[in-house]
Amino acid sequence: MHVPDGFLDAPTSVATGAAAVACVGVSLVRARRELDDRTAPMAGLVAAFIFAVQMLNFPVASGTSGHLLGGALAAVLVGPWTAVLCTSVVFVVQCLLFADGGITALGTNIMLMGVTTVVVGWLVFRLLQAVLPKRLGVVPVAAGVGAFVSVPVAATMFVVMYAVGGTADIPLDHLATAMVGVHTLIGVGEGVITFLAVGAIIAVRPDLVHGARRVLASRELEIRPKAVA
Amino acid sequence: MGAGHGHKLHFHGHSAVHRAPAHLKILALLAFMIVVVATPRGWYPLFGAYVVAIAAVIAVSRVPPGYILKRSVVEVPFLFFAVLLPFVATGPQTEVLGVTVSQHGLTAGVALLVKGTLGVLASLTLAATTEPQDVLAGLERLRLPAQLVQIMSFMVRYLDVVTGEMQRMRIARESRGFSARNPRHWPVLARSAGALFIRSYERGERVHLAMLSRGYTGKMPR
Repeated sequence: MHVPDGFLDAPTSVATGAAAVACVGVSLVRARRELDDRTAPMAGLVAAFIFAVQMLNFPVASGTSGHLLGGALAAVLVGPWTAVLCTSVVFVVQCLLFADGGITALGTNIMLMGVTTVVVGWLVFRLLQAVLPKRLGVVPVAAGVGAFVSVPVAATMFVVMYAVGGTADIPLDHLATAMVGVHTLIGVGEGVITFLAVGAIIAVRPDLVHGARRVLASRELEIRPKAVA
Repeated sequence: MGAGHGHKLHFHGHSAVHRAPAHLKILALLAFMIVVVATPRGWYPLFGAYVVAIAAVIAVSRVPPGYILKRSVVEVPFLFFAVLLPFVATGPQTEVLGVTVSQHGLTAGVALLVKGTLGVLASLTLAATTEPQDVLAGLERLRLPAQLVQIMSFMVRYLDVVTGEMQRMRIARESRGFSARNPRHWPVLARSAGALFIRSYERGERVHLAMLSRGYTGKMPR
């Protein structure tokens, strides 16, 4: 859900805007390493994919439905730096061409739903990858857990931002309980669907999944003797 | 809550607002909204002036007001929050229409409602009067890094292709009798998302190769 104009006060909005500019700037330099000269067309198509995936509604229960944020999914699929670029571009386009999310809240939206979900999703994913055995089947699990954790963390970030620059004095503990509680549930959906989607992609084209590269590189060519009947 | 996406908001026209340079329009929107957000709550005459200002711009642009209003449904989720505020906020209580609500929550809720609505109306006016490629050219003129603008232009260019692909997958699923009703149907939707990623990524690779074969060296030709 996009933060609109007027939700956070002006100084906080300017501060998050500056933070978002810094994050996107660093990602622009680093993404070249992930994609070299393919950056523009590939990141553009991945951004269009994220935009489309956010339109894909998943039924939850009794008529309600949710949709993916896609930050952690993008991080695992194309690498964290490119993912930050893609999600940021999605929010800019949604703001300027679709009037979704206020222009003064653009930095807030990029920091919360872009940078936070990508960074948290990626860090949890890498941590699990380091701990768990290096097998291809583990990659979707790690991606799913990363996606699950990323959503409540983003909600917590929102509460922190609201504590700094909120425009109404809601008791913060109530806000935190409500936000984190609801978003833990949303995170379950995000995690399960990220797990399933990454699993589906790895089954077909494991070479496209950035997070699976280490596993693929460590795999050795094995020649299996033909089974004798 | 992204259900409102997928249709272009642009309204074709030739008014002064349509013809104004896109970078000036983006700057004007940003400046206007910063002023609106920085205006202390409770300065209602000033908010009235802002509404009049937006209404004047919409009138000059000759975009039918109904066109803008119909598309302002994107802010509906936040209306709930704004309406809820008077009941959850703390502070001295007051009575409105026989219901006891928080004084602070009430003013904050009204301010949020007014500021959010102003933001949506102003953004919609920009989107309705500016073609996507003009927005991109405007961002470039505002010295946004060229690579970021390039990524954005590829996204805008292929947005309809990718969402169209998703629509066709949905129609294919539904014509086979599938309708997603509960979480047991998630694997099907997740596999669709996976297939969509593979298709988008492979399309990106093809686009890149096609660009290389036409002499692309990392910069877009003028």
